Amino acid sequence: MGRKLLFDKAHIEGIRYYDVYRANGGYGSAEKALKSMTPDQVLDEVKKSGLRGRGGAGFPTGMKWSFIAKPEGVPRYLVCNADESEPGTFKDRYLMEFIPHLLIEGLLISSYTLGCNSCYIYIRGEYAWIPDILEQAIAEAKKNGWLGKNIQGTGFDLEIYVQRGAGAYICGEETALIESLEGKRGNPRIKPPFPAVKGLWDCPTVVNNVETLAAVVPILRIGGDEYSKYGLGKSTGTKLISACGNINKPGVYEIEMNISVEEFIYSDEYCGGIANGKRLKACIPGGSSVPILPANLLLKTAKGEQRMMTYESLADGGFATGTMLGSGGFIVLDEDQCIVKNTLTFARFYHHESCGQCSPCREGTGWMKRVLQNIENGKGKMSDIDLLWDIQRKIEGNTICPLGDAAAWPVAAAIRHFRDEFEWHVLHPDEATKRNYGLAHYADPLEIAAPAAV
Amino acid sequence: MFSEEKLNKVKEIIARYPAGKQKSALIPVLHLAQEEFGGWLSAETMDYVASLLQIKPIEVYEVATFYSMFNLKPVGKYVFEVCQTGPCMLLGSDNIIDYIKKKLDIGVGETTKDGLFTLKTVECLGACGYAPMMQLGKHYREHLTPEKVDAIIEECRVKAN
Repeated sequence: MGRKLLFDKAHIEGIRYYDVYRANGGYGSAEKALKSMTPDQVLDEVKKSGLRGRGGAGFPTGMKWSFIAKPEGVPRYLVCNADESEPGTFKDRYLMEFIPHLLIEGLLISSYTLGCNSCYIYIRGEYAWIPDILEQAIAEAKKNGWLGKNIQGTGFDLEIYVQRGAGAYICGEETALIESLEGKRGNPRIKPPFPAVKGLWDCPTVVNNVETLAAVVPILRIGGDEYSKYGLGKSTGTKLISACGNINKPGVYEIEMNISVEEFIYSDEYCGGIANGKRLKACIPGGSSVPILPANLLLKTAKGEQRMMTYESLADGGFATGTMLGSGGFIVLDEDQCIVKNTLTFARFYHHESCGQCSPCREGTGWMKRVLQNIENGKGKMSDIDLLWDIQRKIEGNTICPLGDAAAWPVAAAIRHFRDEFEWHVLHPDEATKRNYGLAHYADPLEIAAPAAV
Repeated sequence: MFSEEKLNKVKEIIARYPAGKQKSALIPVLHLAQEEFGGWLSAETMDYVASLLQIKPIEVYEVATFYSMFNLKPVGKYVFEVCQTGPCMLLGSDNIIDYIKKKLDIGVGETTKDGLFTLKTVECLGACGYAPMMQLGKHYREHLTPEKVDAIIEECRVKAN
């Protein structure tokens, strides 16, 4: 069994409630931080841990925190990004539903470190039942002296509020999230200024993902040095992976970042192999925006090394032969799945979710969707494949926020690795509307895809 | 007009933000208004919310039209919001959508003649491991099959009576 830091107590009955959480060591890290450490000492531990943002970008959390401006007399805000909307990603939902106090404790320690007295949890609107769970946890924490005024007699004050969004993927982007929290459309802001200087209501603001803030709790419990010994290299600690698609055991898994992709897919501890005895065709390991990889490149890098579940190993080879760990939304496609159709659903998603501020994204995402629809419906031309490539290149890097890149990458990777499948759709329109392009066509690149031991 | 109880809820929401930042309450109050006034936001409802928060009506319209959870025209009593993004598609969401269309004899975006059901397709709701799925009111219905859809429709009909 892999070591766990976030879900080690998730199986305990009633862990959702304060009494059980507290009886199992909960709020021990907060107690340690608030009573025996200065904010700078806590920041040092987080820096030493090597913790990186778990929302997708992987930016070092300690460094992000150290950027926060501290002008005299101006409030600072901590905003918890619970807008989890990247297709394939449903890890934060699990954490908030089942161990809400872990997040509350993480918010308390983080707010103390940053010097914030108000903290907002911005949660996607569709998770409509979770605010009740969080608000109950907040009320319990308050009743027991962990929130409110003069927390545990330390003189530190903190209020946590839950704010629901209303259905907009773009609000997961931190400046769009801030706009939304201010009661506006979720249009990302031009940076700089960064939120650390000018964020919520123009005050210094840190926005972090749910999992990132929860990870601060075990970091304080075991110490930053010890935390950094989990995982491999710069991928320290554990990561929540939400696995879905054609696997035997979809769900949310906490992994130590030292296992191979092959182990994650095929071992019974995690995904339990491909469903219905089928073979692995492709995988999108970090949420819909990261490049899709065919089975051979997923399990081994282009250099022939075993691919590991780390930021570095998944990115090995760049976008030519690699991908990204992203948010940990792990989407598995079996041999019967159609890459064109799958790419079309993502293109439609990004078109739907584009805020419309930047023309390359607003127009390009819709254009890609329409071209993909034509190919999928047997009405495509060979030149459409090059056209798609051209459109995605003109979106990438030309927008205010990364949604443009997120829309471009899945299309680019699908063409890069599965061009023959697109061509087959164009050349065999009648067949393409009736059935999917079988795995048989991929016999060559899939040679090494069979797992050593199932 | 909100009841006394809902007006107190609005006040409580506004109190979460610093003085003068009551516009931040807009999205939570729009959710409240949509629940309260028939599942959608009419121009009158939006103007009312604007007056409550002391902001201009246009500030409400531009937000209400941006977020996909706000309905700008009347919907059925029960809205089936079926996810159709990649992970749900891989596990057969297209079949579920087709099944609901046939069963209720409506297209996507339409409402049954008796005003009970509206079918919407939506993009990823973060239940990818439990696909195919849909949102029904506050909650998710997951691992959908035609049989489950039948049971949900029946459940709604019983509740409506």
